Amino acid sequence: MLIITQTALELGFLYALVAMALFLSYRILDIADLTTDGCFVLGAAVSVTVTAAGHPVLAIFAAMLAGACAGFVTAFLQTKLGVPSILAGIVTNTGLYTVNLMAMGWKSNQSLLGGKTVFTMLRETGIGGEWYELLLAAFVTILAGLLLVLFLGTRMGLSIRATGDNPDMVRASSLNPSFTITVGLCLANMLTALSGAIVGQYQKTVDINSGTGIVVIGLACLIIGETLLGRRSVKKGVIAAILGSIVYRFIYAIVFYTKIVPVECLKLLTAIIVALAIAAPSIQKWATFQKRKMAARNKEGV
Amino acid sequence: MLDIQNLSKTFNPGTVNKKKALSSLSLHLDEGDFVTIVGSNGAGKSTLFNAIAGSFYADEGSISLAGKDITFMPEHERSRRIGRLFQDPLRGTAPSMTIEENLALAYLRAAHGNPFSRISKKDKEFFAEQLKQLDMGLEDRMKNPVGLLSGGQRQALTLLMATMVPPQLLLLDEHTAALDPATAEKVLDLTRRVVAESHITCLMVTHNMHQALELGNRTLMMADGRIVLDVAGSERAGMGVDDLIARFKAGAGHELDNDRILLSE
Repeated sequence: MLIITQTALELGFLYALVAMALFLSYRILDIADLTTDGCFVLGAAVSVTVTAAGHPVLAIFAAMLAGACAGFVTAFLQTKLGVPSILAGIVTNTGLYTVNLMAMGWKSNQSLLGGKTVFTMLRETGIGGEWYELLLAAFVTILAGLLLVLFLGTRMGLSIRATGDNPDMVRASSLNPSFTITVGLCLANMLTALSGAIVGQYQKTVDINSGTGIVVIGLACLIIGETLLGRRSVKKGVIAAILGSIVYRFIYAIVFYTKIVPVECLKLLTAIIVALAIAAPSIQKWATFQKRKMAARNKEGV
Repeated sequence: MLDIQNLSKTFNPGTVNKKKALSSLSLHLDEGDFVTIVGSNGAGKSTLFNAIAGSFYADEGSISLAGKDITFMPEHERSRRIGRLFQDPLRGTAPSMTIEENLALAYLRAAHGNPFSRISKKDKEFFAEQLKQLDMGLEDRMKNPVGLLSGGQRQALTLLMATMVPPQLLLLDEHTAALDPATAEKVLDLTRRVVAESHITCLMVTHNMHQALELGNRTLMMADGRIVLDVAGSERAGMGVDDLIARFKAGAGHELDNDRILLSE
């Protein structure tokens, strides 16, 4: 039981970075960034490859840089070349498949066999005892969350927030919305790649398909968190991303061990949850309208 | 100050929907001029503003502001020099951000400070002081999202944001038309005061003929993408609304057909 809790918490913190990235791109910039799936694998692939070469810490930063580049490509496609934002993400994502294979040395998976990772490095120092993996995961995620909140309070961060809110106003504040979108998407994908990078070292393996559906799972986490905490400030949004991700991993663990539903069904379930959550306002509107129609009909009947 | 030479803009060229919105328009404004513009529907008033602000580039002609050619300068760079208010009071502010954050964004136009700096205590004091001038109690609500404010409050805030760092040119595109009369009057008073205090050169579109004659020091009338009437000084001082309409007909060759003008008062 303890191990299940521990694993759920670890994975919750690690994947929370993706939810945070989606908070930035989907909630703040109002862009559904479909680069996420490929970018996650890109982060993992770069991280595992550089770790295999003996540089686990450098691997994390290399992965983040790679992620930022992927974000830049998506942003460039949509701001400069006029590709619709969703399509821009899909195009980059498709291209990333090849890039990811390349990063893994043209193999579809790669493993670290007993090599040094950031996790083993921490274990050797003895800090955190048995909980060293959780400690590192929580530290990285909370630090990233803190930096994100701080950044969104700066002038640059404010203009990124205004871009999703009212691009006209950003232009009137002497900033180019193309620029703020680019910075935002680079940052978001940097976070996604960071998540992939640490997950790669945590699991000591990376597979070309390990990113499939990550964007929907990340959105589910964000929505779960926002349902629990409400949607108001930036600070709350970041906390919601972390909390939602942990809750999601607990649900996953429960399903995995109790087999209430087969584990294979979890992605379908996640997709349904996300679809329903995003559709909620429309469904509510429809229900209100039906009620109003019914009331009018009943009145006529009398 | 503002110098526009032979500015032309045609929308949808080469199609059946071709529309010549500006045709060889020239205009010169002196520093501190407050110019009101009236005109019939589709006369090109908003097109002129869009061309000056850089929402699109003109097909022909040139625009220079304070001695600098801005004809090909992108919109966001022009916004350092040009402040603008729209008829829609929701267009100038970001609803989910707080009053303070909106002001901080507008303050970016001042260009000092690096992009990673946060809103300082000094900034907050400055913002509160500025908000006090609006006399709407907004200085006590600086942490509230702007989406909670009324249209009039948002337009007043937008005016403050556009003029807090005095622009070289202020464009007002019927900025009080969507407000209720009392609020409109208040925002107009504010406009008058701010423009006078900071000696801002200002262009204002209005559909209210009284307002056009009463405010500012010069009045233009537009029709078919041209300026058909340009009055200032003593000639303008003695004019009434009827004179203006008569002069418009003489200049444009047809009756004034702006329904909003004809219906107001």
